[in-house]
Amino acid sequence: MVDISTTIGPLRLKNPTMLASGIMDEDAGSMQRMMDCGAGAIVTKSIGMQPREGYANPTVVELEYGLLNAMGLPNPGIELYGEEVKKLRTSNVPIIGSIYAADADEFVSLAEKMQRFGANALELNVSCPHAKQYGLEVGCDPVLLQEIVTSVKQNVSIPVFIKVSPNIMNLVQIVQGAEKASADAIVAINTVKAMKIDLETRCPVLANKTGGYSGKAIKPIGVRCVYDIAQAVDIPIIGVGGITTGEDAIEYFMAGASAVQIGSAVYYRGPDVFKSVCEEIKTWMKNHGTTTIKELIGAACR
Amino acid sequence: MNHPIIIPILTSTIEATDIKTITFHYPGDVLPGQFFMVWIPGVDEIPMSVSQITKRVKGITFRNIGDATRALYQLKKGDHIGIRGPYGNGFTLIGKRLLFVGGGTGIAMLVPVVEQARKKKLPSTVILGVKTKNQLFFEDRLRRTGTTVLVSTDDGSLGYKGFASDLAKEILQKEKIDMVYTCGPERMMSSLLSYCKSIPFQASLERYMKCAIGICGQCCVGKGLRVCLDGPIFDGATLKKVEDFGIYRRDAAGRKILF
Repeated sequence: MVDISTTIGPLRLKNPTMLASGIMDEDAGSMQRMMDCGAGAIVTKSIGMQPREGYANPTVVELEYGLLNAMGLPNPGIELYGEEVKKLRTSNVPIIGSIYAADADEFVSLAEKMQRFGANALELNVSCPHAKQYGLEVGCDPVLLQEIVTSVKQNVSIPVFIKVSPNIMNLVQIVQGAEKASADAIVAINTVKAMKIDLETRCPVLANKTGGYSGKAIKPIGVRCVYDIAQAVDIPIIGVGGITTGEDAIEYFMAGASAVQIGSAVYYRGPDVFKSVCEEIKTWMKNHGTTTIKELIGAACR
Repeated sequence: MNHPIIIPILTSTIEATDIKTITFHYPGDVLPGQFFMVWIPGVDEIPMSVSQITKRVKGITFRNIGDATRALYQLKKGDHIGIRGPYGNGFTLIGKRLLFVGGGTGIAMLVPVVEQARKKKLPSTVILGVKTKNQLFFEDRLRRTGTTVLVSTDDGSLGYKGFASDLAKEILQKEKIDMVYTCGPERMMSSLLSYCKSIPFQASLERYMKCAIGICGQCCVGKGLRVCLDGPIFDGATLKKVEDFGIYRRDAAGRKILF
């Protein structure tokens, strides 16, 4: 019998496929649909202190091998979004509240609120590649990041995950700092900073000009990052980046991930992608005489 | 692939005060009720339902109302726009006696499905609801299909004085209708749905859209129904379970805005 449940610290997931932040998480209804489609956990969109409209369109374009987006962290602010999180608190699928801020005080305030609204864990977005003052601008500064993680951990009791960027040279230093500050898990990777230029108009297609690249094209980058992180820290890793099939997920497990997040594949395969990937993981495990996810985690690192 | 293709505007025609139709070459198949994402480079990209469908040319009709439509309104024949799509599900023609109810610019996207119904010789009635008579457009185009056209104006300057949904209510009481098709202000459409009772119903919804390919969640209504991909056309049975319908939409930040 194949068991695809997994754990991330104290958090137990019935299956290892989580909904990635920023996908179908506008409100309680959309997140509920992703749960019904089989997601093992839901990560909310990234929420800040104040409402934020994000960038003008075009915000998303499809390229040959992936999707390019610059949404610009649109969200209604923590107070209004809290109402959506509250509606889901009775669900048996864990909700991970994604938050973004520019400094430790704001991160703490958002974290406390998310916990109060019923989130089962937090994901600190310190890796969005296209928002001034936020995301990556915080996540490439090891001193600031350590201060943020330490402060958040002191003020909440739910697990705290750190979502890191592939767009940095000091990835190992960053994740080791997060571990030292008692982070419970690392989520890797956020999108890869990229651009698309339209030849006829001779201008970048995205209104924000640069954006983040996701989907199949970035999977090898994500796998490499997870592998590097697995060598550097002992806390669990959640793999994300281009996971579209069960075999993609298994590759991430072998690189060191305990669970995976799925985003762009909701476009490529539809909302039922969670069920499909779980079935494909089971089939692969059956065919390879594997009975638990644990046997696969870090298999390529030994 | 889902990225804008740059094409020149073929024609730009004034239909009524502040209302224009723009046409462009697009040889692919498009169903009545589907929409394009229209990119005005340097300004914005917005969803626009198709209002004209021929084999090689497609058109959109819009009111000059916001930054994007103002920019689009200024563009002339030969100027370039970006097009991606078509997106969404489109209307389904079912039944024999059909009632179409269009409110304001919602009239524009109903015309292709009326034309499709008339090609199949289906008896149909179209109600065109506008605030005042100088906002009326596509009346002649509809009459040419041989359909019955009724006009309602809020101020009584032409035709029935009152809302299109109220005029529709009278027709629904008098005649046997197999299917109601509507596009317009959402409160009008939700009133109409309540008048329809058990009569089958299809409505086209409008929401702020970003990706238009079903992943960002911006346009979701009810339990995660994506207006861009699962809609924009929803049937009455579905809409009765959508708590947002006729009540609120979301702005770019995701805040609820009451209608």
